[in-house]
Amino acid sequence: MYDMTGYHEAHSLTDVFKLMQADPTARLVAGGTDVLVKIRAAAPHYADTTLIGISRITALKGCTLEADGTFNIGALMTFDQIEHDSLIQTHLGLLSQAVSLVGGPQTRRMGTVGGNICNAGPAADSAPSLFTYNAQIEIQSESNVRQVPIAQFYVGPGRTILKPGEIVTKIKIAPEDYRGFVGHYTKFARRKALDIANLSCAALIKVSAEQRIEALRICFGAAGPVPLRMPQAEAYARHQPLNRAVLNTIGEYCLKDTQTISDWRNSKVFRDHLVTILPGRDISMALRGDEDEAIG
Amino acid sequence: MDKKKIIGQAEQRWDAIAKVKGQASYTGDFPIRNLLHAKILRATIAHGYVKHYDITEAEKMPGVVKVVLPEDIPATPYATAGHPWNLTPEKRDIEDRNMLTRHVRVYGDDIAAIIAKTEFQAQKALAKIKVDYDVYPVYLTPEAAMAPDAKQIHEGHDNVLGRSKVGYGDVEQGFNEADFIVKRHLSTPVQQHLHLENQIAVAYQSDDQRWFCLSSTQIPHICRRIIAQANGLPWSQVRVKKPFIGGGFGNKQDVIIEPLTVALSRLMGGKPVQLALTREESIAYTRTRHAIDFDFKIGVMKDGRMTAIDCDVVSNQGGYASHGHAVGGKGGTFINALYRADNLRFTAKTVYTNIGTAGAMRGYGMPQLVYALECAIDDVATQIGMDPIQFRQLNHQPDGYYNQFGKTKQRDFRIEDCLVKGREAFNWDQKLAQAQQKTTSTKKYGVGMAAFAFGTAVWPFGLEVAGAHLIALPDGTFKLHIGATEIGQGADTALSQMAADTLGVSFEAIIRDSMTDTDTDPFDTGAYASRQSYVGGYAVKAAAEKMKQKLIERAATTYDIRPEFLDIVANQVVYATDGDLVVTVKDLVMASYYDLATAKALETHASVNIHNNSYASGCSLAEVEVDVATGQVTLLSLMNVHDSGKIINPLLASGQVEGAMAMSAAYGLNEGLVYSAEGRPLNNNMLDYKLPTMMDLPDLDKVFVETVDPLGPYGNKALGETPTCSPAPAIRNAVKNAIGVEIGKIPLTPEVVYQAYHQAQATVEGGIADV
Amino acid sequence: MKQLVNFTLNGETVSCEVDVRKSLLEMLREDFGMTGVKEGCGVGECGACSVIIDGQTVDSCIYLAVWIDGKQATTIEGVTHEDGTLDPIQASFIDAGAVQCGFCIPGMILSSKQLLAHNPSPTRGEIRRELSGNMCRCTGYQKIVDAVQLAAKRLDVEPHARAAIPFTIEK
Repeated sequence: MYDMTGYHEAHSLTDVFKLMQADPTARLVAGGTDVLVKIRAAAPHYADTTLIGISRITALKGCTLEADGTFNIGALMTFDQIEHDSLIQTHLGLLSQAVSLVGGPQTRRMGTVGGNICNAGPAADSAPSLFTYNAQIEIQSESNVRQVPIAQFYVGPGRTILKPGEIVTKIKIAPEDYRGFVGHYTKFARRKALDIANLSCAALIKVSAEQRIEALRICFGAAGPVPLRMPQAEAYARHQPLNRAVLNTIGEYCLKDTQTISDWRNSKVFRDHLVTILPGRDISMALRGDEDEAIG
Repeated sequence: MDKKKIIGQAEQRWDAIAKVKGQASYTGDFPIRNLLHAKILRATIAHGYVKHYDITEAEKMPGVVKVVLPEDIPATPYATAGHPWNLTPEKRDIEDRNMLTRHVRVYGDDIAAIIAKTEFQAQKALAKIKVDYDVYPVYLTPEAAMAPDAKQIHEGHDNVLGRSKVGYGDVEQGFNEADFIVKRHLSTPVQQHLHLENQIAVAYQSDDQRWFCLSSTQIPHICRRIIAQANGLPWSQVRVKKPFIGGGFGNKQDVIIEPLTVALSRLMGGKPVQLALTREESIAYTRTRHAIDFDFKIGVMKDGRMTAIDCDVVSNQGGYASHGHAVGGKGGTFINALYRADNLRFTAKTVYTNIGTAGAMRGYGMPQLVYALECAIDDVATQIGMDPIQFRQLNHQPDGYYNQFGKTKQRDFRIEDCLVKGREAFNWDQKLAQAQQKTTSTKKYGVGMAAFAFGTAVWPFGLEVAGAHLIALPDGTFKLHIGATEIGQGADTALSQMAADTLGVSFEAIIRDSMTDTDTDPFDTGAYASRQSYVGGYAVKAAAEKMKQKLIERAATTYDIRPEFLDIVANQVVYATDGDLVVTVKDLVMASYYDLATAKALETHASVNIHNNSYASGCSLAEVEVDVATGQVTLLSLMNVHDSGKIINPLLASGQVEGAMAMSAAYGLNEGLVYSAEGRPLNNNMLDYKLPTMMDLPDLDKVFVETVDPLGPYGNKALGETPTCSPAPAIRNAVKNAIGVEIGKIPLTPEVVYQAYHQAQATVEGGIADV
Repeated sequence: MKQLVNFTLNGETVSCEVDVRKSLLEMLREDFGMTGVKEGCGVGECGACSVIIDGQTVDSCIYLAVWIDGKQATTIEGVTHEDGTLDPIQASFIDAGAVQCGFCIPGMILSSKQLLAHNPSPTRGEIRRELSGNMCRCTGYQKIVDAVQLAAKRLDVEPHARAAIPFTIEK
């Protein structure tokens, strides 16, 4: 049994706000793949609370593409749905590929992208690609709707800017942030399934007709307390030609913005080495489908 | 009439239907009325003493029936190892633990327990017990525990709990003669069994006023004895039953939770109490495979002949003796089983530390030894520039070698056939040549191999007793009772095939039981070593031969035919010469039940004590891709070749081999339990302990060099453990072939491989990377 | 702290006043006697507790019992046919020798069932990915992949012809 003090099912956003008001300490739960595991582990602030289940709220499900090309990804979309959604596959291939690497099939069917973000794990597989798409997080409270860039949503490991009474409803991606881009995500883990990234990297790139880098966005997971964009590498890359030396330099630049640490899984030295390797590989994979020989 | 062959057939395991239907009941699946639940309070330090418990709050928690402290239950020291009892006191396992303890020797040590109405209530109340400790220094390694000022982990007992030395010749002389000397330090990680079913036991006082324990154990008869010893009960007052068991791999060859479960039920006046470990507890606080360090020194001539082998072993026991020095010392008798060298020295010690207690695990010290030996041997071959298979062919023991340590002639010892077959079946020469050509700027390819020799049973070092009991049923089928333990490996099915084969009846005519019961099943020490089909096979054969004789005698009397004219073939008693039908077994047995004049039920018993051992052998061949930029190793293919005598059931046999190959491949590449400086396990869950998933393994190839072992009861010898010996070193040797670096530790995680490669690039000289 | 849930369990409409703190795994085992649902880890890593819910295999250990309200659940007990005969997937697991200790097998069969419902002729790679949420320590997975391939072949033909398709290993 889970160490909870109660459970309420919300069937609509109105329900959610009412329930949150009635019990401000209650915690929202979507697919449960993080929240329930943390309750079982008696993680701080997880055990001994009431849960509000939101998995039946239709308004938070599915994905729509607005006329202007803006993507609205419902917070309750599961990883499995995102992986297989044909619109997302076509336009947001990086996101689809990234979430295909989450846990295992069972967890991909239950885990939601909204939950993944709100859980705010530094190694979350959906985050780096959403960072590179400049995703906007739509947050709703009973009286207000606001949007924040995903880079501002994260505060620290397990912590977000969400205030009591707020819920993430959707993730928006503007057309200029995906049109013309291709990307690739590397999850550096010890197993090919059921694992957590020891380091992860998403790269999203737009190449000009002259085969120069028009725009490059890189985001690392598990390289700091929150997912981190690489502004210095991205700035360097603009208008550079595509060759091995440039890719290597991009990798070196990333070290200026990552904040890796040593733990029992890997040393900082090794993680820093990977930081220099993964972006170039992602770019090669994104452009040519081969991490190694295609460029250079 | 053709005699239908049952030995060697892929008979369907009798329990498979129940398992695919979800009908098979494991220990936690039985409904038990008024069941109480217990949880263990785990120490949050790795070494120290509990000065004081404050249980006032815990006692008030909802559902709590009793908070149990060490003083509340018997404190007779006992040993948990699943070895047969030894009549010689000094040869017994070390009795160094209590069911609950104030002396903390490992993180998570069992310092108290709570019995509650539900498991949830027990769990919740645990957090309310307050514990005051005296904290002692923590020793994670044998070196630390052997330091002159180190505190004794078990008061009055040196931290070195066992030493041994075997050998012959004069190694120093051998090294003097050698053209080259290769020294290697090789270390192995803490591997965990990760059986899918966690430890679980239920105990209560049964209606005969004895103590009943239902448990997921590999060793029911030993379990009964240890429960009785720990609780101060006469052995007869304990009865153990083992239903289906969700894997064991040696971890359930230790009696870990059963004594406490019975003690708690006794505290509750005999009410049923269940103790079920969580996955986190099972990984961290049960048993592990010993982490062992090896120092090998090998002398070799330019022509490849080895002159001397010196091996020094230090085995990390963890906090309690469990199987003790038996594991670390075992390797000593298997170097000479495989390789010739006129001079051999093997010294070993096993040392108490404060990491999790190590015990038995599939292969029992051999995966460690074979890993280290086969790395060192392979490096010797590299040193003299000889093909690694050829080097082993040059140096292995011949068929018929008399092993003076094992006191056994290695009859039908087919390592040469394995090496020849392996080279051919794996396509070794071609793969070796291609490996270099495939190299890209970041990907390197390599092949590697490793060999092993392995004893089947534990004779002459331990007792090898097994029992079987057959009852002829009225319809001509036979109920087979055995003390051997089915733990998923298929022993029941293989032993049933043996019974059917000897009796001359169909496989379907043998009926087994999902439950092993110490009251009704004959004595057998249980599922360990590679003994079940070997030692158990002798018992089944003896019982079946007696039964066959009884059937023939009855037919001979009834039909007035001389017994030597009769045989049983395909469920019929026939004339041996021409197969003419005399009577069906069914009619014969029916009469044995109900014939007014002659009825006499047909039952036979056999108990055997086996004083021989057969040596199995084999090799593994692996092909890897190494990403030198990240250190990631991808296992492209893996093949095991086995000399295991007659294969009783090819489907079961290949299943055993594949599972063990996976276990060893992951041992070499990814598995290992790690501890913080304070001795706290860091990855005792299935996310962080890297049991391979289906995506992490290639298809696994296997080849049997099938012969008929002259000693094995049906020509068979070891197979249950042997496939877990050589894959890990074969993979390590393949990585060496790929990147030219001789790495001295496993698992070969990306960081280990990357560091070793780059260190070697930096130092030019290469040599062994001690990372 | 109880809540009424109504759902379909192996084709039968059922209801239960369940403690909201219970996982689906606990409810199925304790309140419905579905002991074929096994707990191996409790955190959604091993897949032994897999249950098919509305056509999707999920880990019932990290699925609150109350979430099943209004849905359809299939456990291993519901895979066996009404007349007690085996589903071709179950039979294929036996014939391919995929069963050893058996503890992971209910979950493996349910994941296989879900896979074959969506992809009737998967490659070995697709099988490995779709079953990667189910761990096994006994088999090295080889014969489990074999079993799913065998089941796919058998499900591709009329029921009466299935038994005639023998187990041969293909890679």
